[in-house]
Amino acid sequence: MATPMHESIDDYYLYPDDKGHFGRFGGLFVAETLMGPLKELREAYETYAQDTEFLHELEQDLKHFVGRPSPIYYASRLSEKIGGAQIWLKREDLNHTGAHKINNAIGQGLLAKRMGKTRIIAETGAGMHGVAAATVAARMGLECIVYMGAEDIKRQEANVYRMRLLGAEVVAVHSGSRTLKDALNEAMRDWVTNIDNTYYIIGTVAGPHPYPAMVRDFQTIIGREARTQMLEQAGRLPDALVACVGGGSNAIGLFHEFLNDRQIAIYGVEGAGDGIETGRHAAPLNAGTPGVLHGNRTYLMSDEAGQIIEPFCISAGLDYPGVGPEHAWLKETGRVHYKTITDAEAVAAFHDLTRIEGIIPALESAHAIAFAQKLAQGMDPEKIILVNLSGRGDKDMHTVAAREGLEV
Amino acid sequence: MSLLGPCFKQLAAQNKTALIPFVTAGDPVPEFTVELMHELVVSGADIIELGVPFSDPMADGPVIQAADERALKHHVSLTDIFTMVTQFRQQDKATPIVLMGYLNPVEILGYQRFSELAAAAGVDGVLIVDMPPEEAGDFLPLMREKQIDVIYLVSPTTDAERIKLISDQASGYLYYVSLKGVTGANTLDIDAVAKKIAEIKTISDLPIAVGFGIKDGQTARAIAKIADAVVVGSALVKQVELAQQDHQKIKIKIGEILREMRSMMDNSNGSAE
Repeated sequence: MATPMHESIDDYYLYPDDKGHFGRFGGLFVAETLMGPLKELREAYETYAQDTEFLHELEQDLKHFVGRPSPIYYASRLSEKIGGAQIWLKREDLNHTGAHKINNAIGQGLLAKRMGKTRIIAETGAGMHGVAAATVAARMGLECIVYMGAEDIKRQEANVYRMRLLGAEVVAVHSGSRTLKDALNEAMRDWVTNIDNTYYIIGTVAGPHPYPAMVRDFQTIIGREARTQMLEQAGRLPDALVACVGGGSNAIGLFHEFLNDRQIAIYGVEGAGDGIETGRHAAPLNAGTPGVLHGNRTYLMSDEAGQIIEPFCISAGLDYPGVGPEHAWLKETGRVHYKTITDAEAVAAFHDLTRIEGIIPALESAHAIAFAQKLAQGMDPEKIILVNLSGRGDKDMHTVAAREGLEV
Repeated sequence: MSLLGPCFKQLAAQNKTALIPFVTAGDPVPEFTVELMHELVVSGADIIELGVPFSDPMADGPVIQAADERALKHHVSLTDIFTMVTQFRQQDKATPIVLMGYLNPVEILGYQRFSELAAAAGVDGVLIVDMPPEEAGDFLPLMREKQIDVIYLVSPTTDAERIKLISDQASGYLYYVSLKGVTGANTLDIDAVAKKIAEIKTISDLPIAVGFGIKDGQTARAIAKIADAVVVGSALVKQVELAQQDHQKIKIKIGEILREMRSMMDNSNGSAE
């Protein structure tokens, strides 16, 4: 057997290169019209990422507005019930707006202000990033437009109303499959048309360089806090990390801090929907092929002619046909293992965590819980699995109820 | 051997500006595309840009997005498009054909196979919207080997340094995007376009085509005075949408627009210079 590539990589923090490449993934695949704006963004980000005043303001907002640090919590009853390794949770569900998305939205919102932009735009699928962007816009006094697929608007009425309450304009996207990927296309079109006054806050670690690296950097606070907290509360680092992967921002936020700690096993969990074998899934890393979409080369769900296939997953936040390029690379290097969980398994885990721990997880995060439960079974009770509980499940009440034939 | 070089040389000798219509392959149905391409030539086209439909056309406005969706209902693939070009070439061996589209279908087919099939079909140039020169390292040599021109976009925000970089890699022509926005958008500032083209001309010897936002004879004439080629896309594709499945009507309407542009452009060159 060949030596895994990850043993030949000395330092995961040297990526991406200056052109945004993670190995053969990532990069800058956009029309020439966006090359100028992306260069401006890259330069601004490089400047402010080292600006002590900017970093101080970010830190203050994360502390006082978002409520960081988010705790880590030992799910003792769930762990005992499984009878294997200990399951610990990083509680991103306790952040303001209910998910990890706000970490990135705050960072990019501050950057937009520094760049003198007065209008921010965002794409959203389930609405969580849209709500985070609208929240930040309200907090900073910026105009906010959120693009959302017409299908998603129907499925997520409550979040649409939240965004409107926050003062954002929610624009329905009727092109293509009328879901997240089309919302992203439309936001890009808006950006290229209004580049002079507009900042585009991408919600995940996808898109053209520098977005995958920048969004990651704003999310790595999750892993940095977790390292300190594990040492304080458990006296040692975890043996395994688990997080769900759609675009992959909460996962990279937890994983990145630990990539060079080779003794820690890392697992990303994709949505298998009805099951990989049915074709109705959202698992490009497990069942897709490398291709180019939304500005970067990564694993994608596309057909034999190269057209993008609409993904399928109970959790709207995992319902994306691509994945952040760094994950594609971490898969290829073998550093992170990418697994899948079906809708049915995720819903079961949703109920477990709710009933046994009194924590209602987002359906996205329930995928991570479901996999952690499986993983824990074969492990020693001394071992620790740290799961990123990326969001809370309030937004999913109607989805879970509908599966049981109820309306809420 | 690409027909683009000889085509521009000949037009320059006649003091004419190239007229480049864009239509989406397979719109509204695949069987109609070759017939429409011949009609474009009859109506005054010097070069044809054939759009390769994609599920996620990020740089296109609503008109071309809708055309892509119509074509994709019939699952039009690159392989189908090579067949169309092959058929077109049976009757027309002179009109250069440029494929314009997005990278993923090309990636999935494979660069090597793409270059072979494109050359065999008689494609002269390729413009891949989301592959800037920085990312074309593996693609370019294969296309050069088959003598197919690789055309790049230049935008209002492209600075002198990048114009040079792009021009060094490009052949055939440079496609200047005349406004900040997507295809088919509204406002076109002729003076600003003229200024930028003058800048590009100091850096590059390639012919310059102007597209995005050219809708009528009037604008075509104004652009013809300052550029080497005029690209018209959304205004034509809109006619496909309006005529729905009436193929005769599509040909008549598109023919009318092209003839008007042709005559305005030619007269403009004659009288102004």
